[in-house]
Formats: sequence, C-alpha cells, structure tokens
Amino acid sequence: MAGEKEIRTQIASIKNTQKITKAMEMVAASKMRKAQDRMRATRPYAHKMLNVIGHLANASTEYSHPFLIEHPEVKRVGFIIVSSDRGLCGGLNTNTFKAALKAMQEWQQQNVEIDLCLIGAKGTAFFKRFSGNVVSQVSHLGDTIHISELIGTVKVMLDAYSDCKIDRLFLVENEFINTMIQQPKVTTLLPLAPEENQDLKHHWDYIYEPDARTVLDKLLTRYIESIVYQGVVENAACEMAARMVAMKSASDNAGDLISELQLVYNKARQASITQEISEIVGGAAAV
Amino acid sequence: MATTMHLDVVSAEKELFSGSISAVFAPAVMGDLGIYPRHTPLVTSLRPGELKIEIEGEEDQYLYVSGGILEIQPHVVTVLSDTAIRAEDLDEAKVLEAKQRAEDAIKDQKGDFDAAAAQADLIRVAEQLRMIEKMRKIRR
Repeated sequence: MAGEKEIRTQIASIKNTQKITKAMEMVAASKMRKAQDRMRATRPYAHKMLNVIGHLANASTEYSHPFLIEHPEVKRVGFIIVSSDRGLCGGLNTNTFKAALKAMQEWQQQNVEIDLCLIGAKGTAFFKRFSGNVVSQVSHLGDTIHISELIGTVKVMLDAYSDCKIDRLFLVENEFINTMIQQPKVTTLLPLAPEENQDLKHHWDYIYEPDARTVLDKLLTRYIESIVYQGVVENAACEMAARMVAMKSASDNAGDLISELQLVYNKARQASITQEISEIVGGAAAV
Repeated sequence: MATTMHLDVVSAEKELFSGSISAVFAPAVMGDLGIYPRHTPLVTSLRPGELKIEIEGEEDQYLYVSGGILEIQPHVVTVLSDTAIRAEDLDEAKVLEAKQRAEDAIKDQKGDFDAAAAQADLIRVAEQLRMIEKMRKIRR
C-alpha cells in the first residue's frame, strides 16, 4: 500500500485537474449558449435567400448559372471539411473525419480524385497525413466567426467548379441536434438542386438591374458562402457542446477517483495509527 | 390601399431589420432607388452606402450596407446585405495581425499551411486595409 504522503499528493493533483476541467466545462457552457444564438441568427439570411432564389427560378431567366449545371462525368470532387481549432472536445472531430473519409473512400473507389478545403486547425493536422490534395485552408477563426474570413477559402472551390476542375462539391460538418448529440453530416453544395416545391402563385416578372446574369452570379455565390458559414457556426456550437459534455464527464471521473483515493488514504492512516498503538502497547508490556 | 410594406434587412451573420415601413431608399448599382409600396418587382445588386428607412410616426432609420442584393415585390422588400456589419467591425489591428500571420505562413513552407491560400489571405487583408484607409478619409 502506498504511503500516506504519496496518496495525499495524488489527491491534491487530481483536485487541481478537476478544478481545471470544471472551469473548462463552465466556459464551454457559456460559449455554447452564445454560439447557439449565433447559429440562430444566421438562419433568416439563408431563408430569405432561398426565397429570392426560388422566386428567381420561377421567373425563369434564360441564363443558366454554372452552379446549377450538373457535370455528367465525375473525375474530381471537392470536399469542404469543417473541424474545430482546439481539441478536448470528445470524439467530435474524429467523428467528422470518419464521416469525411468514408465519403471520400466511396469516390476514390470510382477512381475519382479529391480536392480538400479545410476549415479549422484540427482538420489541417489530420488530413496532412492522408491522401488528398489540400487546395485551401483556414484556421483560428476564434469564437466570433466572420463570413469575410471564409470567403477566400470557399471561393477557391467555387471557382474550381465554375472552371470544371471539380465536378461535385461537398460540405462535411457537424449537425447540432442537441447538447448531448452532434452528428457529422455530408451535404452536397454543388451542383445546386433546383427548387421544385415552390408554389407558383408567387410569380413575379422581375426587372433585373444591371442584368439577370450579374444578379444571379452574386446571389448564388453568396448563397453557397452563407451555407458554409452556417456550417462553420453550427460546428462551433457543436464543439462547445461536445467540450462541455467531455469536461463534465472528466470532472465526474476526477470526483470518483478522489473519493476512491480518499478511502485508501483513510485506511492507510488508520493502519498506521493502529500499528503505532500496538507498538506502544507492546513496548510497555516488555518493560 | 396599403401605405406600408414589409422590409427585411438580413446579413449572413444576423437579422438587422424587420418590420413595417412606409418607404426605403437604397443605393443600387445603377443609381439610388426610392421604394414606396406597390413598387414594380425588381432585383438589383447594391453598392456600398446608406439604407434610409422611413417608418410612419417614427424617426428615420439608417443602416450602412457595403453591398448586397435587393429584392422588391409590391409589398415585401428584402435586402440581403452580407457585409452590413463587416465594414464597421473591421478592426485594423486584427487585420494587420492576420497579414503578419499570412506572411509567416508563407515563410514557413514546411508548416501545415497551404502557400496559395496564405497568399490569397495576404491579398485580401491588404484589400481590407485599403478600404479602412478609404473610409477614414471619408469620415474626415
């Protein structure tokens, strides 16, 4: 049995760790709330944008945007993979990468090459070791993510699609279901599926300024950007939720360890006292 | 006849305005637009400028937009302003820092950073700096 002093130091050190994990848990909880608010705040934009795009599709312009054209032959696909910048958030990133790798493998089996766009430091570190051509990367976005930081990174992929260098574009990120559950999700960004379910009673003959082409170009680029931005914000909320849960279980485990060690410590202390008494008694009897 | 219409101003990061208004003035690429209810349907892109919102019985509201898209239906006007807050929030120190970071990443070729992306970052940051300086001159 370990000595009393060793156990005491061990308990103290676990208590320190527990303090840290508790603090991290609380920080993650408050950040998660903010991230969720931010996530909600991005929804009206995408919603309004979908409305406008739907109206425009109904207004039937002759111009067909490159994003709407489906490339018949798939030779190269693009993946935008969203991950967190920091670790200690449970299996969040690992699950994302697993989902991404699975999707990538399916394409690789069909001899399709893959371009990667990585958002977040963890993804960069992970995919450096894997096959796949990393064409753009951004990391260290912080807690308040601005869309301006993503535009360049996403544009690399959008341009590649317009130039027919890639034939599909996917987004891999985590879906925030609730605080306990986050699920990796692979969505197809390009080609954009045309909106079929729009009711035709809202039919307007728009005037386009300067012309339909320019407006549609701007609109669709922004739409894709906003989807990626939403994904990044949602992933941030997931990260905080996952970290909160991971830190909570770490604190709980530390608590269990401490109580176990406390028991061992008490036993050791009692044993040494008993031993001391019996030594004294033995000594007195000998005299 | 309705004398009000609905206006939504949204940016990618949040909703900026939503409510009933009597008129809105927007800086469109082909010239400023004054929009009253029952305007003809129109879609246009916006240039950087001020959005003036008139509400009956209230003071006029001003919003800064640095680009975006305006959609008009007879009783619903939507402004998709992706950068409305961006210009205001441009923090010069942060921009300089980002520039430095991008430069460092180019030097550090063996790092996990893509050189092309870093170069692109650098160009973008320089662009932002130019914009800040421009805005400063206007303010003076």
